[in-house]
Amino acid sequence: MGGRVTAQRPDGTGAVNPPPGTPLLQVEDLVIDLPDPQGDVVRVVDGVSFDVPAGTTVGLIGESGSGKTMTALAVIGLLPDRAATGGRLLWRGADLLRPETDWRRVRGHQISMIFQDPLAALNPSLTIGRQVGEILRRAGRPRAEVRRAVIDLLDRAGVPDPERRMGDYPYEFSGGLRQRAMIALALAGNPALLLADEPTTALDVTVQARILRLLRSIQQEGLSMLLVSHDLRVIAHVADQVVVMYAGRVAERGPAAEVLRRPAHPYTRALVASVPAVRTRTALADPLPGTPATPAHRPSGCAFHPRCPLARDRCRAEVPPAREVAPGRWSACHFAEEVLTP
Amino acid sequence: MVAVTRMVVRRLLIGVFVMWGAASVIFVIVRAAPGDPAAVFLGPDADKEQIARLTAALGLDKPLFEQYVRYLGDVLRLDFGESYRLGRPAMEAVFERLPATIDLTLTATAVAVAVGLALGLVAGSRPGGAVDRVVSAVTIALQSFPTFWVGIMLVLTFALGLRLLPSAGVGTPAHLVLPAVTLAFPFTAIVARLTRSSVAEAMREPYVQTARSKGLSERQVLLGHALRNSLIPVVTIVGLQMGALMGGAVIVENVFAWPGLGSLVVDAVANRDYAVVQAVTLLIAGVVMVLNIVADVLYVRLDPRIRTEVAS
Repeated sequence: MGGRVTAQRPDGTGAVNPPPGTPLLQVEDLVIDLPDPQGDVVRVVDGVSFDVPAGTTVGLIGESGSGKTMTALAVIGLLPDRAATGGRLLWRGADLLRPETDWRRVRGHQISMIFQDPLAALNPSLTIGRQVGEILRRAGRPRAEVRRAVIDLLDRAGVPDPERRMGDYPYEFSGGLRQRAMIALALAGNPALLLADEPTTALDVTVQARILRLLRSIQQEGLSMLLVSHDLRVIAHVADQVVVMYAGRVAERGPAAEVLRRPAHPYTRALVASVPAVRTRTALADPLPGTPATPAHRPSGCAFHPRCPLARDRCRAEVPPAREVAPGRWSACHFAEEVLTP
Repeated sequence: MVAVTRMVVRRLLIGVFVMWGAASVIFVIVRAAPGDPAAVFLGPDADKEQIARLTAALGLDKPLFEQYVRYLGDVLRLDFGESYRLGRPAMEAVFERLPATIDLTLTATAVAVAVGLALGLVAGSRPGGAVDRVVSAVTIALQSFPTFWVGIMLVLTFALGLRLLPSAGVGTPAHLVLPAVTLAFPFTAIVARLTRSSVAEAMREPYVQTARSKGLSERQVLLGHALRNSLIPVVTIVGLQMGALMGGAVIVENVFAWPGLGSLVVDAVANRDYAVVQAVTLLIAGVVMVLNIVADVLYVRLDPRIRTEVAS
């Protein structure tokens, strides 16, 4: 009984007892329309569905323009003002897209986000400590408690000597430390879901590995994560589930290890093949043929058909629906079975 | 902090040269202007001999270069000369008038900063919105009206029409309202426009998105994150404009018969009272210099990145 009532509270604060087995976040048929500079409305996200179960990390992968970042921004209510949305974003069973959602209670406390460029994402004129502790301070916690919590958060995020460095400004931090501070900031409100938009893209390769390790350790503390990346290796490292996006639609989704080992969509297969192997000289990566389709110029039928080696007439005419092609494996390819069993 | 002190000392040293330049330029300009102080003082009935005697007494018969060297020497000893019309040290007369001008410019600055910041903030928080367009129109108007016309219009409306405020003179705080508002008009527009563009730019920064992702309200995002970074250019402009305000005060003081430096210097120019013109110029140059240094110090306080640049 209480469960039903609380499930209707879109801020999620009361939804402590959602029906058992309900995923933390359910994205159902999400549509995002955005006017381009010419004023034409572009459907940047077109009917995207996937779940983020509690305690799992879902990787959203795709090329730039595939709609992955827009999907993440929609989840935290930070789409541009001009964006129009459709479908449902169920957070603990309550739809975030309804106008009565109190985003101020969701953001930071339920769902938080880290961004690609930590230097730009941190306020240049406030100390790291102040920014990390802001959520707690605004919640009315006493100063000494906030200070202790900030030191603890920075320590958890792997910032060395946090007591001293919390007084530093962002420009005094290295790139890797900034992203660590950003992660500490995102964890301050004790959220249940962390959105990470290309968290390692702007960092040096050696630093990338350390940040990925940090994200994995956070994951083990039971936090759910939606990891947005164009980098297959990052996804392979961290994600349990993977959602492959192409031109604003889901190409395929399923358990990360299986999807990457045995793709059920020609696009995923091409993506995997395009990653160069590090150790061998022989296997040169196959670059994807053609240019990526964008939502503004989405080909008819299956958006991937102009680049697809398996494309037939049907692919040009008919948009393939996402089908469960194997247990837990969903593919939006008319000939998914062919791809799965070559 | 040591670094800031060093910056201030360096700026003061540069300031000495600026003051020298200002002293030299005004020295040349007052003497290049047509009109002879002795002739003006003695009036149309004076004969040539009387004029020559006074000119010699004022030391104006000496070669220009000799006058210049003696003037600089006097200034270095903080002797700013005697006003031949007032019969007392020029700087003494200047300091007597200074408080009235300070009252006027500080009040005008307070009005301009308060109103300008508020207008700029609401306009910049939603660029392109209805409020923004209204504020843009208002600020263009504020900036385009000539000061003397604004002054006269305000007098006609509030003093003669509504009889709410005195039209001229000094005495009560009410006397300060119309001249201060008149002086604040263009300054308000400058502060508002700069704040608007600065806030609008800050609101597009990724750190504002981060602030929103923390669950802050738009107000908290604006005041807690965007405002501080937008203030950096505004502070500099306020510092620079306060100097310009003393120039604007000349006109306003004459419209409202305000007994400040402005009316003193207009009088002095009309009467070729070289010492007073020079003293006022040096004082204003000094004030502008100090204000600029203050603005720079504030700038460094506001932007931590510059703080270390200065230190290194």
